[in-house]
Amino acid sequence: MTRKEKKALARILVAGALLIAVSIWKPEGYIALAAYLVPYAVVGWDVLWKAVRNIAHGQVFDENFLMALATVGALALGEYSEAVGVMLFYQVGELFQTHAVGQSRKSIVSLMDIRPDTASVERDGAFVEVDPDEVQVGDIIQIRPGEKVPLDGVVLTGASTLDTAALTGESVPRRVAEGDEIVSGCVNLSGLLTVRVTKPFGESTVAKILELVENAASKKAKAENFITRFARVYTPAVVLSAVCLAVLPPLFVGGWSTWVHRALIFLVISCPCALVISIPLAFFGGIGGASRRGILVKGGNYLEKLAQVKIAVFDKTGTLTKGEFEVASVHPEPGVTEAGLLECAALAEQYSTHPIALSLLRAYGKPADPARVSDVAETAGQGVTALVDGAAVAAGNRRLMAAQGLTAPEDSAAGTVVHVARAGKYLGHILIADGVKDSTPAAIRELKDRGIRTVMLTGDAQSVGDAVGAQLGLDEVHGGLLPGDKVDCLEAILAKKDPKDALAYVGDGVNDAPVLSRADVGVAMGAMGSDAALEAADVVLMDDDLGKLAVAMDVARKCSRIVRENIVFALGVKALFLILGAFGLASMWEAVFADVGVAVIAILNSGRMLRSK
Amino acid sequence: MKKSYKLEDLDCANCARKMEDAIKKLDGVADATVSFLTQKMTIDADDARFDDIMQQVVKCCKKVEPDCRIILK
Repeated sequence: MTRKEKKALARILVAGALLIAVSIWKPEGYIALAAYLVPYAVVGWDVLWKAVRNIAHGQVFDENFLMALATVGALALGEYSEAVGVMLFYQVGELFQTHAVGQSRKSIVSLMDIRPDTASVERDGAFVEVDPDEVQVGDIIQIRPGEKVPLDGVVLTGASTLDTAALTGESVPRRVAEGDEIVSGCVNLSGLLTVRVTKPFGESTVAKILELVENAASKKAKAENFITRFARVYTPAVVLSAVCLAVLPPLFVGGWSTWVHRALIFLVISCPCALVISIPLAFFGGIGGASRRGILVKGGNYLEKLAQVKIAVFDKTGTLTKGEFEVASVHPEPGVTEAGLLECAALAEQYSTHPIALSLLRAYGKPADPARVSDVAETAGQGVTALVDGAAVAAGNRRLMAAQGLTAPEDSAAGTVVHVARAGKYLGHILIADGVKDSTPAAIRELKDRGIRTVMLTGDAQSVGDAVGAQLGLDEVHGGLLPGDKVDCLEAILAKKDPKDALAYVGDGVNDAPVLSRADVGVAMGAMGSDAALEAADVVLMDDDLGKLAVAMDVARKCSRIVRENIVFALGVKALFLILGAFGLASMWEAVFADVGVAVIAILNSGRMLRSK
Repeated sequence: MKKSYKLEDLDCANCARKMEDAIKKLDGVADATVSFLTQKMTIDADDARFDDIMQQVVKCCKKVEPDCRIILK
């Protein structure tokens, strides 16, 4: 508790004790009024003072004024204990509210506690501690084990492991050694590192992320804007009805004090605080909770949209697949071993720098011995021929085989095929494809479990796309798209969908910025250290794990649910008590519960956003 | 120009909303947000008259919530 909160608590306790004492004593007449005024003043003087002061400033409908009017009204009607009790309960509620909000705020802030306090920079041969802001590009900094990496840079000496959990939510430490780039906000776990700074602090990853998350509060969700507009009319409307309630019925049926009392109950319920605090708190908690898991959401509006996503559109290369070629399968002819086929191809291709040749060498796994190969000749668009262990080997496509006078089987659709022949005899073929990432199948399954339609866009041939689509069980595949076509294709999908549903586009953020911005929610992944992705997308998955998309959607859906619950609950309870109050069925005590109690419950409900796993 | 300021003793969310509304209506202010949760205020206003506008903003906040102070750096 802060000092302010402790003071408030002390006042509440003193006033509560006095109120009990006075109720036991049961004085009569003016002595009673004087006796009840003591606890009333102890607990409520600041409310009264603020009410008077704010009226002087032209702020009529604030909660202090409403509470002051309601309780003074109750005193005037001779309901002394009710007046004191209501003020007491109001203050208890306020205290609880401040405390709960303060706690939530603190825990969100601590989630985002990635800002480094100091950097150890080399000045005249010695390392001195300075503010990260003062370090310039090109400076040499030292990072000891246990310290946060203060600025982005390149490792000059040392090797270590970095804990990236604060940025990516990924708990497996990342290894770094000389020459590796490291990003600020990670924690150095094991070894001493010296690093040459490559970006000033203001442009470093950590500063960008902090700025992004803090600014997220200014992009308001529809629900938040609705509440703001609602609050603007709600209070004046309730106050006006209170006036009507106090004046109109007694003109016809009499009983002024009963109707004034009911009107006072209206005033107590008229503050929209429950909604005004709890809705932004839920979104803020959602954004904070997501960022702890390595998902940056740039605003409450995107969190809201993410919850409505029914269609997920993916870029293929680099998003669903690894973005690099690898040997998918080896198909030797009868009498030839897989290893033999692969060795033959790898040896022949060893001087080529083509991605396909590199993938063959990786699959071969051993260093290719140059002494076994001579007379290498590369035919553009066909493949290579070479003498391997004295025999003529050809490795390439069907046209190369045809040039050798051989007929190779039809190519399968799923990738690039390398046919291999030796000494005029066909040995078999090797299928090379852009492999699906290990985490992709599970991620797609999780999305399908959530009822999301999955679509893939790719610049590769339709047949290649279809093969990946079939492997992953995607609902739709659009192949052969040039970069410009992707936007058109996305437009077509957007036009077909139900307007209530949202569409998310997931890409690597490198060359698909137009598509990212056209989608309802643009998601970029693998963004750690990539400025382009950080800027272009609405939601950023910090590491390369597509599974985070389902996590982000869960957070978003939970957040939406809490927001809906709070709106329905708070408005429902208030409406109910307004009706009960108008018919004289609710006491002022119950009215205070309808106001403060609902606010506290709504805040606690929003607080669930922080604890969600 | 966009600038953000820390706020002290901003106690109520409804007041934050009212401050935001009032500041947005000031002449020369393009956009403003008052965040109760981050206890921060962001103001996007005319470059040339920024200091002038800030004085008005301070006045405006005093009016809505006298306890709340803007930390002007």
